[in-house]
Amino acid sequence: MSASTAKKPPRVGDNPAFRRALIAIVLVVTAFFVVAPLVVIGVEAFSQGWAVYAAAIAYPDTLHAILLTLVTALIAVPVNTAFGVAAAWAITKFDFWGRRFLLIVIEIPFSISPIVAGVAYLFVYGLQGLFGHALQAADIKILFALPGIVLASMFVTAPFVARELIPLMQAQGRDLEEAATSLGASGWRTFFSVTLPNIRWALLYGVVLCNARVMGEFGAVSVVSGNIRGQTNTMPLHIELLYHDYQSAGAFAVASILAVLAVVTLVAKVLLERRGAGRGARRPALAAPKAAAVIPQLASEKTT
Amino acid sequence: MQRRVLPGLHLTLGLTLLYVSIIVVLPLGALVYKAASLGFTDYWRIVSSGRAVASYRVTVLCALAATAFNLVFGFALAWVLVRYRFPGRRFVDALVDLPFALPTAVAGIALTALFAPNGWFGAYLAKVGIQVAYTPLGIMIAMAFTSLPFIVRTIQPVLEDLDPALEEAAQSLGGSDSAIFRKVILPLLTPALLAGISLAFARSLGEFGAIIFIAGNQPFQTEITALLTFIRLEEYDYQAAAAIASVLLITAFAMLAVTNLLQARALRHTQRA
Repeated sequence: MSASTAKKPPRVGDNPAFRRALIAIVLVVTAFFVVAPLVVIGVEAFSQGWAVYAAAIAYPDTLHAILLTLVTALIAVPVNTAFGVAAAWAITKFDFWGRRFLLIVIEIPFSISPIVAGVAYLFVYGLQGLFGHALQAADIKILFALPGIVLASMFVTAPFVARELIPLMQAQGRDLEEAATSLGASGWRTFFSVTLPNIRWALLYGVVLCNARVMGEFGAVSVVSGNIRGQTNTMPLHIELLYHDYQSAGAFAVASILAVLAVVTLVAKVLLERRGAGRGARRPALAAPKAAAVIPQLASEKTT
Repeated sequence: MQRRVLPGLHLTLGLTLLYVSIIVVLPLGALVYKAASLGFTDYWRIVSSGRAVASYRVTVLCALAATAFNLVFGFALAWVLVRYRFPGRRFVDALVDLPFALPTAVAGIALTALFAPNGWFGAYLAKVGIQVAYTPLGIMIAMAFTSLPFIVRTIQPVLEDLDPALEEAAQSLGGSDSAIFRKVILPLLTPALLAGISLAFARSLGEFGAIIFIAGNQPFQTEITALLTFIRLEEYDYQAAAAIASVLLITAFAMLAVTNLLQARALRHTQRA
């Protein structure tokens, strides 16, 4: 970063009146548009007091929805993380035909409507789908059960870890790993002692975002879960059910848990960004020219 | 040619291809297969039915309006965060990602609570005759909320990297602030703006969770295409669901192509600069 000089010339838009007005407008709109939705969740959740809030959370169906959401995340997030690391290793450490195409395919779920994802899974595992009858004959339940929910969650979050790791590992190059293996380290040893320390914050960043999305996914899970109360309702689906049952306080009580998760995610995000995760890596196309500048910086970080 | 010294190609590439095939390619292939097996006449009849076309119109128009709103507000937000220093700036910067982190269903009921006729803002807006919830305006608000980070986070890095020397040169030549903004800054930001617009628009077209609570969901009036797909499923009309979902899928692929193209252009642009 350039050292700040004692007296900077005014830049475009630095007119004090204009600056104050623009800051004021942006802050007001942000307050109404971004902060208010967060505040209203808390206020509505406690609108009928602590007792009602606690009762809404302790209700068996709600507890089951919380449990199901946690179990889904406990399966989907580690599997997606393993996939993300494998994909990033394959794509950044080797040159092979179709590499760019593979990158695009990994990113596909990011641009597809969650409803389309849910419908697509129906046509694989549903009775009207490819394997539906075979699965029914074998008495294996995928749709309207935990496996379907996990699969749909994996689809919507498939790119999350990979897209954080790939730009970073691309920028870091292969020299260190090649040095390690030439010194006799095994592949696993190279990964755990050379690569992992360099990517840990970006990895954690991807995991945090992936987890938030898995726990909050609504559209895709809504199609494949069948919304069976007390059985296949995750937290977001349970919110919808309570809301349409006119149990507004209950819906907002469950929503408040997910809102807290969102805030924790944001805090974790900021902390990880301070350690260099996200931001730079999150703009693959636009950040590429900077890659050359990043490598020496990383090398010097390593010596300290 | 480069020697291949690192181990693990077969393991990692194999795992990646297996996962991508099972999780991404297989379901989308099944959907395309199902839609294609309809035959052209039936397919066209479903996707061009009055209710479907009305849902496209609602979805596209609301997404356009939401993107236009975010273009102005998101740009102003990115500008303020990059160019000015004020108390709470980092807090606002972190808040920009809230729509990413907040589950869509939670955002949906929260926005409805704010904008319903008896809600915090809705009550005041009702007095001046504006109804937001259960109208296309509500759909627009939900889309604008969920797609805000896309615009801000695409413009922000480019704005940060803008070379002050260009502005100084224009200033020394006597350009006014508004002229410099229009003729120097805006052209440099255009590729990033376009990329952000296409990302936000694509996200708005596919959004479901945040919208269905606030939309009212009246056929022909406030029914988005994603919801129509869902309704056809609940009616066990799987052919119609497949056909309409395929329209959303084709649109998503088209938007993906446009976004990649614009980002490639933005990249060339920054490299030249």
